[in-house]
Amino acid sequence: MNKPVTNILLVGVGGQGILLASEILAEAFMLAGFDVKKSEIHGMSQRGGSVVSHVRFGTEVFSPVVPEGEGDILFGFELLETYRCLSLLKPGARVVVNDFRIPPPAVLLGQETYPEGLAEKINARFSNFQLIDGLKLAAEAGDPRAANTVLLGAVAQYLDIADGVWQKALEKMVPKKALPVNLKAFQLGRSL
Amino acid sequence: MSTEILSGNEAIARGAFEAGVRVASAYPGTPSTEILENIIKYPSINASWAPNEKVALEVAIGASFGGGRAIACMKHVGVNVAADPLFTLSYTGVGGGLVLVAADDPEMHSSQNEQDSRNYAKFAKIPMLEPADSQECKEFTRLAFELSEQFDTPVMIRSCTRISHGKSIVELGEPVKGLPEPKLVKNPAKLVMLPGNARVRHPLVEERTVRLSEYGDSWSINRADYRSAAMGIICTGVTYQYVREALPEAATLKLGMVHPLPKNLIREFAAKVERLFVVEELDPFIEEQVSAMGIAVTGKEVISLCGELSPGRIREAFARAGIITKTIDAQQPAQEKLPPRPPNMCPGCPHRGVFHLLSRANAYVTGDIGCYTLGFMPPLNAMDTCVCMGASISTASGIVRALPREEQQRVVAVIGDSTFLHTGVNSLMEMAYNQAPATVIILDNRITAMTGRQENPASGYTLTGIEAPEVNIPALCRTLGIRHVRVVDPYDLEATRSVLAEEMARPEPSVVVTNRPCCLIKGEGRFDRSPVLEVDSDACTGCRACLRIGCPAIEWLPALDGPKGKASIDPQLCTGCTLCQQLCKFDAIHRAGGTK
Repeated sequence: MNKPVTNILLVGVGGQGILLASEILAEAFMLAGFDVKKSEIHGMSQRGGSVVSHVRFGTEVFSPVVPEGEGDILFGFELLETYRCLSLLKPGARVVVNDFRIPPPAVLLGQETYPEGLAEKINARFSNFQLIDGLKLAAEAGDPRAANTVLLGAVAQYLDIADGVWQKALEKMVPKKALPVNLKAFQLGRSL
Repeated sequence: MSTEILSGNEAIARGAFEAGVRVASAYPGTPSTEILENIIKYPSINASWAPNEKVALEVAIGASFGGGRAIACMKHVGVNVAADPLFTLSYTGVGGGLVLVAADDPEMHSSQNEQDSRNYAKFAKIPMLEPADSQECKEFTRLAFELSEQFDTPVMIRSCTRISHGKSIVELGEPVKGLPEPKLVKNPAKLVMLPGNARVRHPLVEERTVRLSEYGDSWSINRADYRSAAMGIICTGVTYQYVREALPEAATLKLGMVHPLPKNLIREFAAKVERLFVVEELDPFIEEQVSAMGIAVTGKEVISLCGELSPGRIREAFARAGIITKTIDAQQPAQEKLPPRPPNMCPGCPHRGVFHLLSRANAYVTGDIGCYTLGFMPPLNAMDTCVCMGASISTASGIVRALPREEQQRVVAVIGDSTFLHTGVNSLMEMAYNQAPATVIILDNRITAMTGRQENPASGYTLTGIEAPEVNIPALCRTLGIRHVRVVDPYDLEATRSVLAEEMARPEPSVVVTNRPCCLIKGEGRFDRSPVLEVDSDACTGCRACLRIGCPAIEWLPALDGPKGKASIDPQLCTGCTLCQQLCKFDAIHRAGGTK
């Protein structure tokens, strides 16, 4: 069957585990038999800058970046960065966001304020919207650092990929020590 | 056959392994760094960091002259450093195959310019291959070695950020068998480029380019696909992927070899399409050559000379030029002004205090390439120039020669340990030799931090993690002729301030080495995290002194405790470096748990 390309964006702040989450996604799509490409810019952005990771899968994928205005699913690790990236999405796209703020430098210095009501503003533009307390669920799974896997689980609800494939992808990409916590975090996200 | 998802850099490393490479050398530079970091997965390859790109290429040249296949990897600006040996290597040719990977950075995600390395292949008269995804990164690396030996030439591979850091599926293969064993063979007529010998080689280089162009006409990595004949597009590398996405009906001539161009193939393609375009990132490299062939072609009048392309940008450009009708309306970006999120030095960074002091001292800071370039950012605002690796010291040395004495005293060069060893040593030698009265701060954090913590000749370890002799930086500076070399702990603000004041006042060249490991160095006790700090909000007067260092762990809470607001420290981020504590005049910052 010819499957058109699905465009997924993962956005947040350097250091939040976006790279790993996008690699687990890509691995799952390959294991499920699709062509997959992913891309993100690292380098300077690792020093606390904005990060946008693009993951695309389907029967045949050309560009490793999602064309502007064609994103199907956005996977937000942080509210402000999610809001900043909405123009990458197509109308009606699905947005799953961690209810979490990381103040940027000007806000830390008290020169600017962190915008209020971002979740509501995102919801107003995209009705397929889900706000998740990733940190709380990750803590429930055993480690607050697994918030990225909770989100991954939440997004997995909307992707037609079998459970066993997710399990295999997690086993391959997550360090052994952290696997049980991440498997649990994934399930908590998935059952939201 | 097994498949894996690999980045372009991982796939180039895999390609080098499958090609039977013996020696690999590089200097780290985004986006090329991970090639060598992945090559060490293959123990059959002798891989190492060189102090700079010129040395890396020369190491590869040596291995090649000895008969082994060799690879040198660098970012685009690194090729400038390696250009000297490259141009003569074009004349000598190779023993074992030699490949130079240059990773360009269109859009300057982590670079100081966006030069187009294709010009180097033309300038040095050597072939260049350009892969379009990870599978091609692996395949083209193997092919590049074959081409190198077949045509007795170094071969460049051009990657770009999207190819190097993008990931896609790769089929793994087996390493080649039956390559000749390296051994010493004397051939001075070919390898000693004195004028008499070089004059003999130059015509061979020119003939080689002609033969390569003809080879390219029928080489399968140059591929024409005729879809609709209305529009034919010549494209290479990641741009091919963007074109397929943005203009799926267009005929494409995808060039795997971007220099020399396969002229007959281009003529044939041009004849079969109604209108010919070149879509290329950065320079009109192909367009100008096609135009010079007398073929009508459209390129840069539609596609920008600046920045990275994308399917959207290509579609937008073609629609603006009236070539296609617009099909997708991009969503509007947020209308309100959002606080930007620029990169910042890490909490606990040993450079932060130094930049705070330079800012307070009203120094004129000549900067360099590394994490410390971020000292430019507010609130530190402590960098006034930044040109290229190693230039901070020579720029300082030059600027003081033009200035009156009272202005000279303000000039301070900052350079990291890795950058100092890269090309700073030469510059410091010059400064000492000519007694330029500027102050140099070597920000020694024991690692090449900006590119992701690579070892260097001063760090005590090699690429593969084996212990290595450490360059003694203060002793080296003295040997170069610097009489005043001071070493200071940058976490001790008062000591650092007084050393800086003394050395800046001195009418002679001087060096201050600030010595603290990067807080991201892993393991071996090289960085010790201290207990975190907290703000005693009763003692905090809201003076904001602690904010001046711009630490990401300190947040200003405007609404806390009355009209002025107070500072707060994030215990998850704080490393306990105490810089903020030293700036607090009201004794409001303490070790968490109440101890001072």
